[in-house]
Amino acid sequence: MRLPPGQTLVQDWPVLSAGPTPQIDTADWELTLQDETGADHRWSWDELLALGVEDVTVDIHCVTHWSRLGMSWRGVSLDKVFENVESEHEYVMAHSYGGYTTNLPLEDLLDGKAWIATEADGGPLHPEHGGPARLLVPHLYFWKSAKWLHGLTMMPDNEPGFWEQYGYHIYGDPWKEERYW
Amino acid sequence: MSAPPVTPALRLRPRSAWHVATVVETRRETPTAARLVLDVPTWPGADAGSHLDLRLTAPDGYQASRSYSIASSTPHGQVVLAVDELPDGEVSPFLVREVRAGDQLELHGPLGAFFVWRPGESARPVQLVAGGSGVVPLYAMAAAHGVAADTTRFQLLYSVRTAADTFFADELAALTGPAFGLDVVYTREAPDGWPDAVGRLTRETLAARTVPAVQRPRVYVCGSTGFVEAVARWLQELGHAADDIHTERFGGI
Amino acid sequence: MTHHLDGNVLAGALSEIFTSDVTAARARCAGCGQTSAIAEAMVYTDAPGLVARCAGCDQVLATVVDAGDRVMLSLAGLSAIELRR
Repeated sequence: MRLPPGQTLVQDWPVLSAGPTPQIDTADWELTLQDETGADHRWSWDELLALGVEDVTVDIHCVTHWSRLGMSWRGVSLDKVFENVESEHEYVMAHSYGGYTTNLPLEDLLDGKAWIATEADGGPLHPEHGGPARLLVPHLYFWKSAKWLHGLTMMPDNEPGFWEQYGYHIYGDPWKEERYW
Repeated sequence: MSAPPVTPALRLRPRSAWHVATVVETRRETPTAARLVLDVPTWPGADAGSHLDLRLTAPDGYQASRSYSIASSTPHGQVVLAVDELPDGEVSPFLVREVRAGDQLELHGPLGAFFVWRPGESARPVQLVAGGSGVVPLYAMAAAHGVAADTTRFQLLYSVRTAADTFFADELAALTGPAFGLDVVYTREAPDGWPDAVGRLTRETLAARTVPAVQRPRVYVCGSTGFVEAVARWLQELGHAADDIHTERFGGI
Repeated sequence: MTHHLDGNVLAGALSEIFTSDVTAARARCAGCGQTSAIAEAMVYTDAPGLVARCAGCDQVLATVVDAGDRVMLSLAGLSAIELRR
């Protein structure tokens, strides 16, 4: 059984949110990646998809104790997004439409470990689950998979995002039960 | 200089604590809701409008907690809840369908100092506006008003889908009298011979069937989030001061 | 659509932290200055913690994270809270 400690297996997909659900049309959607040179790398919805969307099947683990195994998603690998980005910085702050943030080490987004997900469970990602696009970082607790993804900012230090400031673990490895401070 | 009078009731407010409750009785309240009568020997009593948090623990340790308004309670005695089943609820389906007499539940309360009414605090009239299951804490207030033989004028405007969906119908009818008026709006289907229009509560109906703003009632509104926010907005448009309107949202649209 | 409740639902979580019920206590939003009862905040409960947002400007007023043997409380979004004796 592939369940991390303290997790309960569920078959549905609970909706969790810290605020109102943003409603973003793909026609208006934009992803911005800021590095320390001040350069802005931008992708429109079509430009994101043009990077190449792949099928992935992953297990997801929410810090509120539920896990879903073998969930199907479609998304763009972060390796493709970072392909032409040169940065000395080792950390990334993910920004969501609506103001949510979460921090991650860059290496946790690369080498096939993370995606910008556009579809889940065989259909477009619903707004309440973070659509049109969200981060998908299955090896960390799911609060790190920022919904309504809008931007990625390179940082020299591992600055805490929303939940990390309010009591959650700076890294969030479910296998080590890194839930809280 | 003299200090302003301190309301003695403030000092006597019951402290919240965790309690173990034993289910005495569960019965159908509406097609989608159950009335639960709980025996809670450690219960200190509660102000009308208060709620409690009910916590369920699954065999694997998973816990879920939800807040429920108290319909009535007596110190060291019984606590009565009325729980409406939410279609995708995590806790309410269990409470409405599975709970049996003899089951034990953990609860935390009494809770809530904002959405409560106590007799003798004010001579101003009180307007209660309920949407569906939102009537539970407002019924508690009307019942407390009755028990205390409080002469403050109380009005309840109750918006509900059908007669069958009405919570505490008999109890509310029995409370009506010179100091308590009950007005019902049926939104889906009315009993035969009902003289009024059937349909969602509107600002016009609200204006016509509530204590007018000029009489400065204290207003309590409870129901789904959508219902409460629409009613609260209309009340302010009708001239009620924001500070005079107390709201409690049950979630949903 | 994510629904929200209001600050009444914070009574249980905050009763462990304050000596009396604070849902009727007035607090000022550090963002927009709106002063209202804690019970009047918009509260999101379907989250890894309770999140209370200002009804006026939507900024986060407070968060409560239940970590089992401890509670992490943030009141960072309030400039002050009035606690009556």
